[in-house]
Amino acid sequence: METMRERFIATASELLDTDERLAVVLAVISADQFAPAAARHPDRVINVGIREQLLISVTGGLALAGLRPIAHTFPSFLIERPFEQIKLDLGHQDVGAVLVSSGGSYDMAAMGRTHQAPGDVALLDTLDGWTIHVPGHPDEAEALLRDAVSADGRVYLRLSTETNPAPFPTSRSGFEVVRTGNAGTVLAVGPMLQAVLDGTAGLDLTVLYASTIRPFDARSLRTAAAAARTTEVILVEPYLAGTSSREAADALADLPHRLLSLGVGRAELRHYGTPADHAAAHGLDPASLRQRITGFLREAPLA
Amino acid sequence: METTDLARTPGTFGYGDLHRLMSLMTGDEKHDAAATSTLDVLWVLYDRVLNVDPCDLGDDERDRFLLSKGHGPMAYYAVLTAKGFIDAALLPGFGNFDSPLGYHPDRVLLPGVEISSGSLGHGLPLAAGVALGLRGRRLSRPRVFTLVGDAELDEGSGHEAIAFAGAVGLENLVVIVIDNMSSTYGWPGGIAARFDRDRWSARTVDGHDHAAIEAALTAPHPGRPHAVIAVVEPKY
Repeated sequence: METMRERFIATASELLDTDERLAVVLAVISADQFAPAAARHPDRVINVGIREQLLISVTGGLALAGLRPIAHTFPSFLIERPFEQIKLDLGHQDVGAVLVSSGGSYDMAAMGRTHQAPGDVALLDTLDGWTIHVPGHPDEAEALLRDAVSADGRVYLRLSTETNPAPFPTSRSGFEVVRTGNAGTVLAVGPMLQAVLDGTAGLDLTVLYASTIRPFDARSLRTAAAAARTTEVILVEPYLAGTSSREAADALADLPHRLLSLGVGRAELRHYGTPADHAAAHGLDPASLRQRITGFLREAPLA
Repeated sequence: METTDLARTPGTFGYGDLHRLMSLMTGDEKHDAAATSTLDVLWVLYDRVLNVDPCDLGDDERDRFLLSKGHGPMAYYAVLTAKGFIDAALLPGFGNFDSPLGYHPDRVLLPGVEISSGSLGHGLPLAAGVALGLRGRRLSRPRVFTLVGDAELDEGSGHEAIAFAGAVGLENLVVIVIDNMSSTYGWPGGIAARFDRDRWSARTVDGHDHAAIEAALTAPHPGRPHAVIAVVEPKY
């Protein structure tokens, strides 16, 4: 299957032909793949070289000049390394931009910590005004990219080689109800959906799916959680565990509730291998999810 | 004692009014020298060089001036007031809770201010982006000017922008460096040589000589970005 990153490059390249406001800013990564688009639009496909602070500052400047810029590289180099530039050259200038990362929390498992950014969403959470999309499939990634390009604000699109086998029809209205149950509510974010469905197969649980995690669809979560027999909620996120705990707690603030937040561990995992190895190490494989979810629920979630 | 005529019609203030306008803004005296060091360059820019109009702030064809050296903005605010971008009645409120005049400028609060600044090393890279954006939109007339300090050039982010702009021949970009010799370790060979090595056009002038400043800012520099190093009194 084509990866989200490949779909992003193809879609952005096509959009450059039809949207003269669009610009793409790169720092070497993916520049080769953008070469055909760069040949057609030399003034709107910009490779700044290995200069990630400049990557974001140029993005801010392009927005100030009236373009719709996309900036792209791996999440550690896009969000973490130039974080002050994100805060000041985008937020403090109050301009819009689309930041597209590919690499996720452990796509590049054998590359080690320097190429892994499970903290990216949590870090952006310290800033106001960011829409954050976490697609679970290349089709979702394409639809969300097209949405982001046609809008005006600040958008982070987090792509990964981790995907669900099938796309979920993307709705702009928030969390989707995948199935309903009475013994609790699980919110699966992006590529976590399939593992969550596999892990909770046969259990009497509501499963919600989010490919957009900010703004956080508090209303859908509260409605689903309140409809179950017990207001016990489990978040399963493909990045740092607990990233959306505050949002979920705020959503459920007027209900007695219990909350379990699953995701990538904070301690550095000094192991290599494959993304599947890392998912298992973080307890995010289907069997581990089943064990942790049933262990958390007060009553056995039997259908 | 003369009182400042805050009701004076915009556009009738001259260079001689600037110190009086600046004196209305108190509280940031730590940065008085920073403000004074930029005064002549700012005046020449707004009085003789920039194609800008307070009545047409959104004109796509306007020149863009990005103040990167955002601390001690009193000279900037005074020049903007003299040229009709800021209402002089706002000056005494400088730094107050509800004032749009902060100790660092904010583009959201002050139309006519192109970037919000205060953290050093951001304006030059932003200016490179603006210059690229104008090129991407096929706007070939407007120029992008940015003002930095010599110590501000210690920031690595500035060098990313300098190397890149020179490499791609960003000729609609002009950087003015106010050199008050305050960089911690200085630059072997001087500032102009660094720009020259990075494929810029570079000139050094007396930062208080209006005619020299104007000539340096408007000197042709085909195919290259341009740096004007304006030397002023050493800070220390």
